[in-house]
Amino acid sequence: MKLSVDGFLTRYERASNLLFQLMLYAMLLVIRAKRMLMPSFRLRLMEKDLTAQIKIRGDSYGRAYIFKNGKVSSVTGVAANPDVGIVFTSSAIAVRLMLSSRDYLRQINAMKNFQVDVEGKDECAVWFMQTLNKLLTLSEAPQFGMPVDEETTRYVNNTNGGPVFVYVKKGKIIRITPVEFDDTDGKSWTIHARGKSFTPPRKGTVSPYVLGLKSMIYSKDRLLYPMKRIDFDPDGARNCQNRGISGYEQISWDRALDIVAAEIKRVKREHGPGAIMNGSGSHHTWGNIGYWLSAKTRFMNTIGSSHVVHNPDSWEGWYWGAMHHWGNSIRNGATDTYGTVEDCLKEAEMIVFWSSDPESTSGVYGAFEGTVRRQWAKSLGIKMVHIDPYYNHTAALLGGKWIAPRPDTGNSMSLAIAYVWIKEDLYDKNYVANLTVGFEKWRDYILGQVDDIPKTPEWQEGETNVPARVVRALARQWGSRKTYLSPGGLAGFGGACRCATGIEWARSMVCLMAMQGLGKPGVNMGCLQQGAPVDTNFYFPGYAEGGLSGDLDYTGLRVSMYQRMPQLPSMNSVSQMIPRLRIPEAILNQSCEGYPTDPKSIEGQFKKITYPAPGHSPARMYYKYGGSHFGTMADSNRFARAYRSDNLEFVVNQSIWFEGEAKFADVILPACTNFERWDIGETANSGGYSHHQFIQWNHRVITMQHKCIEPLGESRSDYQIFLDLAERLGMGALFSEGMTELEWCQRLFNASDLPTVVSWRAFLKKGYYVVPAPREENRAPVSYRWFAEGKKKNVPELTPLPSDYTDEWRKGLQTQSGKLEFESSSLKRFAPDDPERPPISTFIPSWEGHHNTELYAKYPLNLISPHPRYSFHTMFDGKDCVINDVKDHRVLIDGYYYWIVRINVDDARKRHISNNSLVRLFNDRGEVICAAHITDRLPPGTMQSPEGSAIYDPIGEPGESPDRGGCINVLTPSRNIIKKSHSTASNSCLVQVELWEEGVAQ
Amino acid sequence: MKKYSFVIDVAKCENCNNCFLSCKDEHCGNDWPGYSLSQPLHGQRWMNISRKERGQFPLIDVAYLPKPCMHCDDAPCISAAKNSAVYKRPDGIVLIDPEKAKGQKAIAGACPYGAIWWNEEAQVVQKCTFCAHLLDKGWKVPRCVQVCPTGALSILHLEEEALAALVASERMETLASERMPTQPRVYYKNLHRFNSCIIAGSVATGEEGATECVVGATVRLLKDGKTFSEQESDDFGDFKFDGLPEKSGSYALEVVFAGKSARMEIGKLLKSSSVGTLWIEHVAK
Repeated sequence: MKLSVDGFLTRYERASNLLFQLMLYAMLLVIRAKRMLMPSFRLRLMEKDLTAQIKIRGDSYGRAYIFKNGKVSSVTGVAANPDVGIVFTSSAIAVRLMLSSRDYLRQINAMKNFQVDVEGKDECAVWFMQTLNKLLTLSEAPQFGMPVDEETTRYVNNTNGGPVFVYVKKGKIIRITPVEFDDTDGKSWTIHARGKSFTPPRKGTVSPYVLGLKSMIYSKDRLLYPMKRIDFDPDGARNCQNRGISGYEQISWDRALDIVAAEIKRVKREHGPGAIMNGSGSHHTWGNIGYWLSAKTRFMNTIGSSHVVHNPDSWEGWYWGAMHHWGNSIRNGATDTYGTVEDCLKEAEMIVFWSSDPESTSGVYGAFEGTVRRQWAKSLGIKMVHIDPYYNHTAALLGGKWIAPRPDTGNSMSLAIAYVWIKEDLYDKNYVANLTVGFEKWRDYILGQVDDIPKTPEWQEGETNVPARVVRALARQWGSRKTYLSPGGLAGFGGACRCATGIEWARSMVCLMAMQGLGKPGVNMGCLQQGAPVDTNFYFPGYAEGGLSGDLDYTGLRVSMYQRMPQLPSMNSVSQMIPRLRIPEAILNQSCEGYPTDPKSIEGQFKKITYPAPGHSPARMYYKYGGSHFGTMADSNRFARAYRSDNLEFVVNQSIWFEGEAKFADVILPACTNFERWDIGETANSGGYSHHQFIQWNHRVITMQHKCIEPLGESRSDYQIFLDLAERLGMGALFSEGMTELEWCQRLFNASDLPTVVSWRAFLKKGYYVVPAPREENRAPVSYRWFAEGKKKNVPELTPLPSDYTDEWRKGLQTQSGKLEFESSSLKRFAPDDPERPPISTFIPSWEGHHNTELYAKYPLNLISPHPRYSFHTMFDGKDCVINDVKDHRVLIDGYYYWIVRINVDDARKRHISNNSLVRLFNDRGEVICAAHITDRLPPGTMQSPEGSAIYDPIGEPGESPDRGGCINVLTPSRNIIKKSHSTASNSCLVQVELWEEGVAQ
Repeated sequence: MKKYSFVIDVAKCENCNNCFLSCKDEHCGNDWPGYSLSQPLHGQRWMNISRKERGQFPLIDVAYLPKPCMHCDDAPCISAAKNSAVYKRPDGIVLIDPEKAKGQKAIAGACPYGAIWWNEEAQVVQKCTFCAHLLDKGWKVPRCVQVCPTGALSILHLEEEALAALVASERMETLASERMPTQPRVYYKNLHRFNSCIIAGSVATGEEGATECVVGATVRLLKDGKTFSEQESDDFGDFKFDGLPEKSGSYALEVVFAGKSARMEIGKLLKSSSVGTLWIEHVAK
């Protein structure tokens, strides 16, 4: 067809037309040149035969490219039926966009305004767009990884437990080690305290499970091809009742993807919006691109799905309680900890670890970075106290006083401490008078003027079994020494916040520090796990900032990344929400309710969720992704029963390993690990609800997560699986923006501050960048110091939002008064008469504890289930990996690796239980078989067994029989801590234990 | 010539298992020709960690003892092996030749430390190699030392005289073998945390229902009737006597504070003992 150049065109338009024609022809030459020069491009051209066309709307000009048998030819003019077409509104726009293909803001804006559009077959469109992207570089993909010897290359990757070097020989991983820095890497910081100087080692630490990764990547439990439950027929009998029972058969990727895509369309057609539920664990293999908050969220938004709301399970008491006294909503009610390593080492005289075992939980993602700092504290003579029913590993390593309260009674001890301070004048009256509100009310309650019960150390002894004199001694030391309080391994976590009394406990933690003058030198929150003086001004996103999700609702994308990495918004149209802890009820009863995790404001948690949402369908299809709720969610047999319901018409599980919930799916899609795909991410940088999480690390380590090996078997990356499905739904171009994972990595690199300090090629090659420690004057100030000194907030975080300040911007806290509130104004506004959560922190006996006399008589043992030490929830357990051989993780008995329960010596003796006896833990909710460890690390009446078993192995009917895998949450209550919440009280769990007779008989 | 030794500080070991797991990472699935065959995925513990709790609730401590091959200078496994299947390198490292050791299960039985393992599938004995294959390629430390987060594990590479001086000045010990002296090259610091006993307790006073911890009381440990050791009770009234060998005699405790005293008989020390609370009569302030 002729180009319709006529006299009405401006000179500019004529020039654009000419240039456009030239560029389209030049493109052909570039494609041919690349084909000649680059083997990888030649291979790519072999992938598809198709006709692609680029044209101006109205067909004034176009050029078609015909790809056939790996060769390309081209004709000018507009083809009748191209497989894919890219259409511009004018040649001027086309030229502008083609000349600025790396200007994503311009590209996205053009797409949003349909100045450019894509037509034709979706898989062809994605392929053609990805191919065009490859024209932007003239050379082969840059080299990556560092050669070790002729056969071995050292790559870099990242994990929940630290960055790693990955040694690969002949396509196989032979070794995974911590990262050791070289002289060219960013310099370390030094802290001078009490005449000594402290500098961290020039390497990263790793959590134990990181060293088991090789055995997990090559595990015999890997899913290596798609599978279908043998008695599931999407066009016939579905046999939902057999989920978890019947076996699987291998199917092709095409068949698997066809079934899943057809089911997505079917449930939307038959049931309407909301019928698809997607759920994932809270964590995933590391990286900002492949993360669940990135690729998965983008896909689930694109197809429209009911959003499973995660309860703030690591925070609980802090989110639902502490937040009402000091704000910090953006951190789910936990604290910021800037500058606290330096302040603690210089000033503090004592650290109180309360429900805090950073040596086991590594904060989160902190590996052993805090260990050396605590060793420094010990060398300086800083005293340590450990309040925990279990003599934990931090106590064992550092020593100090161990105080072991009965579980689920923490708030009685807090109140008794405050009682001693009030009676003996051991608190900062000036601070309380000027910087807090409501103290008198709390004081009167503690002194017994409200309920005639003075909250004395003697009174708490009846609750905690801790001698009154010990609590009195603690209170006196605390009240007369500059003390750091670490509630939880990460300040604002802790098993004590996940029990029936957890909300009241966390509230009191804030109130106690308010009495001691939070923010004064040496008086702050933490245990040296957080607050290293690394550079907090250098920007690199954390995973909760949403990656490529395009999601402005449920990720932190809108704060920084949407501007820095413009992308097509995905934005889920389905507003239905399902509280995660109520998934079983959502399926079985098709009805449930809860309260949201919304950290934007304190009041975010008050907006009640009802399910089904008005005009929405209950969930009919479950797209389960990663993780296993059996090991992590309360009363987990509920999940097995829900899976076997006909209400759930289809279940697809996208998983790396054949374990846990994957065994309840109709179709299984095998995903690969992050060692088999591209990604990019900074160690311990979660962003979002844990802003600047990386200050747990002694160095900021930002990694290119190399694709170290090819995906094992037929497994595929999560991104690729979602893209494959999206193409079947005509959404491939929309989902991918025509980009590969590596290109998204580069786009994210460019969105960060990295390009100012390192080139893409150098970063890709070496695989990591260590952000140099800042000059001392650029270290973040100490948290709350500004508050204690009556100044404006000066720590490097944007929150609270401007509207949440009562006085001037940056003046005061997020609370209504702007002060620390002993009596909470937000609770007075919301539900002042709620007996479960009154405006001041009070003693409310546990609903599953010793006050519950009938239940306690039947089940006289308190079972606590902290986060595990050797796995990250279910992520590094099971899988036939070497972690199972850690003596304190599982025990091999008669060929089976049993989960461990720790039992006090006296409790065991009474029940004739000895070391490595197989025992049955049980209550009305279920039964779990474990191996016993007999110990003096627990008070009588208390047992300890971590959550996090990846293996759910019912010995009979799923959901109705004892679990031999070790899912302790089979026993924990599904009840909310308080009604007006969506929370888990996993440490309020009464059980009985006995020798497992069947096991003995075997 | 410089020789290698391990130094293991029991007081710094927190049982993270990074040593045990990095050993698995290095040796499972990897043959290192000339050094070792691959370790089976499960079963063997080239770094074997034991746990020891001392005392009774609520006054306890816990220690861990990581045990690799001792790389003994007088190694019984070398004598037990035929065709020099086990040999000592000039740098002190004891290695098993995987070819020559085929079928020689008896080598494992010869080790008094239980540090040699039998690989049923490969029909060969195996153990810690000190990661000699890495040291020979220029690595500074074995995998287990590289990943230790607390400094509990380290190595020395010293002339024998310098080593002997350091062992003496740092009061390092070797692990005694039950059968014979073998001159191990693994040196322990703070071994008492694992192999000795404690006597721990608390001092308190009180009247009319209110009790107090007694801080700064003089606590005397009497052995066979004579003062053996003395310390002051701490901020919580607690005391702990450490480093007492098992069955080392008959003990008693005596507490003195502001002219008042209390006494407790313990008797023969068979294991660590947390004696509970010694009450002394109330002293008016």
